[in-house]
Amino acid sequence: MSVTVLSGTKSGWHPIASSSDLVDRHVYQGQLFGYEFAVWRSDDGFVNIWENRCLHRGVRLSVGTNDGAELVCQYHGWRYANRTGGVTYIPAHPADANTHSSCARSYVAVERYGLIWTTLDSETSLADLEVLDVLDDGQAFPLRPIDLWVTSETTISHLERIEIGCPTLADSTKHSDLVLFVQPVDERRCVVRGVLSERPDDEAKIDVLRFYSAELGAVRDGIEKSAGVQAAPEPAAFKVHPAVEVSIGLSSATNRQAAVPVRVRRRWNTATDVVGFELEAVSGQLSTVKPGSHIDLHLPNALVRQYSVVNAPGELDAYTIGVKLDPTSTGGSSTLHGEVVVGDELLVSQPRNGFPLRRDAVHTLLIAGGIGLTPILAMAQALDHQGLPYELHHFVRSQNHIAFADRLEALGTNVTHHLALDPDETVTQLQRLISSYTDAKHLYVCGPAPMLTAARATASANEWPDHAVHFEYFANPTQQDQSSEFEIALARSAVTLPVRPGESILEVLKNAGISMASSCEQGVCGTCGVDLIEGEPDHQDVYLNDTEKRTGKRLMTCVSRAKSSRLVLDL
Amino acid sequence: MMQRCSDPVVLDMWHPVAATVELAAGVEYQTRLLGEPLSYAMSPQGLPQAWRGTQHQLPVMHAYGVLWTSLGSPPDELFEFDEFHEPDRHNVWAGSVGVHTSAPRAVENFLDMGHFPYVHTGYLGIEPHTEVKDYTVEIVNDGKEVLATGCEFFQPMGALNALGGMLMEYTYRVPHPYCSILYKSSPIDESRRDAIVIFGQAVDEENTRAHLVLSLLDDESNDRQIQAFQQLIFSQDKPILENQHPKRLPLDPAVETPIRSDKTSIAYRRWLSGLGLRYGVLPAVSDGR
Ligand code: FES
Ligand SMILES: [Fe+2]
Repeated sequence: MSVTVLSGTKSGWHPIASSSDLVDRHVYQGQLFGYEFAVWRSDDGFVNIWENRCLHRGVRLSVGTNDGAELVCQYHGWRYANRTGGVTYIPAHPADANTHSSCARSYVAVERYGLIWTTLDSETSLADLEVLDVLDDGQAFPLRPIDLWVTSETTISHLERIEIGCPTLADSTKHSDLVLFVQPVDERRCVVRGVLSERPDDEAKIDVLRFYSAELGAVRDGIEKSAGVQAAPEPAAFKVHPAVEVSIGLSSATNRQAAVPVRVRRRWNTATDVVGFELEAVSGQLSTVKPGSHIDLHLPNALVRQYSVVNAPGELDAYTIGVKLDPTSTGGSSTLHGEVVVGDELLVSQPRNGFPLRRDAVHTLLIAGGIGLTPILAMAQALDHQGLPYELHHFVRSQNHIAFADRLEALGTNVTHHLALDPDETVTQLQRLISSYTDAKHLYVCGPAPMLTAARATASANEWPDHAVHFEYFANPTQQDQSSEFEIALARSAVTLPVRPGESILEVLKNAGISMASSCEQGVCGTCGVDLIEGEPDHQDVYLNDTEKRTGKRLMTCVSRAKSSRLVLDL
Repeated sequence: MMQRCSDPVVLDMWHPVAATVELAAGVEYQTRLLGEPLSYAMSPQGLPQAWRGTQHQLPVMHAYGVLWTSLGSPPDELFEFDEFHEPDRHNVWAGSVGVHTSAPRAVENFLDMGHFPYVHTGYLGIEPHTEVKDYTVEIVNDGKEVLATGCEFFQPMGALNALGGMLMEYTYRVPHPYCSILYKSSPIDESRRDAIVIFGQAVDEENTRAHLVLSLLDDESNDRQIQAFQQLIFSQDKPILENQHPKRLPLDPAVETPIRSDKTSIAYRRWLSGLGLRYGVLPAVSDGR
């Protein structure tokens, strides 16, 4: 048997846990150089290594809950997404689901030789993680880790001189080589993680583990004794990363507009006339997406189209969208259906959320018409994942028109399909569903305009307050009138600009060099909204609800205009 | 080990060291305050005493069921808490609990409603009722106190005598850097309010003894039950507080991520900064002393 002793000083890579520490739905507390980490595996197998502090009030994330897709902080229930560490929900403010975009500080994780590896140096590349000739990833057998109350330097210098015998009781590891990795825990402690090059037979496993635990335990005692250790060292103080870079990605206009390259990973016919696409990042990690969000997809023919992201919580290896072929397509859905194939690269915007989901309803009523299912499905999956009460009603032409049937299936009896209803029957059914309002119920609707109009009318007839009725249109059905002429004054920059007939406020702002985020540019998605300080708006959008329109405190710069001669905007 | 306190603001404050009902007359007790050992006793005549070493007498005061002392020159008066003296009130000492965190962290937790559904599930809060609605925070009493009013939260079982879930309205006072009083509508008399108080004893910078006192308009629940309920609630907070880092309260707003519902905490941290208090906190970088 050969014994090799290795530390990560050269490569920058250190083991932080055994694969077996990452038990299902568990959060493991790891430590390296005095820094603490919350290490957890999501149900999709991804290993997350994050700084062990909740961004909010500093509680250890390792005392939080791993729900398989998200890590939930124990103190105030902030939810952090698998893979990105992005905050997806802050329960104290259910209505602000889309305004927070901080991320837990995360570190790369690599699983090899039955151990979880990381590096604190973001410059370190994966290539630096040594590939050891003696160890074969498939065969390697990790031993129980041994904690030492001495520094990794002292330990290494001792280990280099030790002899470890071959277990007589475990014939199967006789020819095994042993590699000892030394993990620096803090300034006073380290962990030695042994890995055998050969996996013992199943029945010998326990004996092998015991044998080496005893051997290495004796080695530990020897090292501690010669280093004069008598008692456990005081635990080192919790080290906090000096500057936590909270990525506030989406809040700056430039970032909002930056498009990222994605590749079509999968394309399939999910229903009659509906093609599903899975878009994975060409490099790096996709951004966190919250239920109800959409992305702008830049097509090969230079058109830009919005699609809702269907993803469930923690599902961030690819964005899934559903594209319905529009018979009157002007090159959006027809290009995606006709030309875009697996392997193609496209650009997408960061996800934006104009249709955010509250999660404090005692009951959530989700209603989707046709392909309006996509944002509603994302919401249903989030509610389902959290075990919150909801029902999803899907109005669709026929069984064959049901997109994402597998995802819907997984939601079980919460989903009802209403097949082949004519417009009158649809209205009757909506009236039945959207019956009387009781406190803390919320309604979300997405679908074709006539259905939305009917649903909103029913809700208001049954005294649902505007704040409990949430909707998203596919397109703006209102006839746009761009004939007015007025002036906009920008309160914060003391600039006044004229808006002439045929021009939008958004165009005027962009032409004046003001950086504005926008997406659908037809008053549907809410991205280009600004606060209005003074003046009477002519809304023309379908994003704001009637109460919001009446209060006149916000407008959509892409379609809204003025009834007064001047608008003062909070810009 | 912890250094001795050199913060003049904290040295000159009154500090709670024990609930007086706990004290047998004439018996000497030991504790630690601001990292220093000290002794205290209640004389057979009912006079409080506190001293350092064998004889160095410290200022003392007996107020609100608690023995107070100081390692510096404390003001003549302690903050006001008039409800305690109302004749029809039932004042209960609910326990003194050690917690391995700074006193300001313990106070901030006391001021926080957002954790109710997660930490006190089924008692002070429950999902999905997680929203912290907007409320008002001001600095009152000549800058001597933080006051948060109109704080509403849905509670499934906010007190022993609560009759099921209800929207509770809270008022929080922070009249002392390490103490806070919360008022909530009394289940017995809607026009008046029960008070729950945390008197924080800074054992050292990262260890606190929380002396919990209630002043209730209720005479039905017995003291034992009240103590058990408060101790249950506090035992739910304790592991969270002990897993919070850094243990000293960071006053620099960039160190953590406050949200709107943390208005009281934001005001409290700013107020501490303004007082120039340094013990048990991590001063903001811009605070150039
Ligand atoms: S400290 Fe984690 S949610 Fe508040
Ligand atoms: Fe609490």
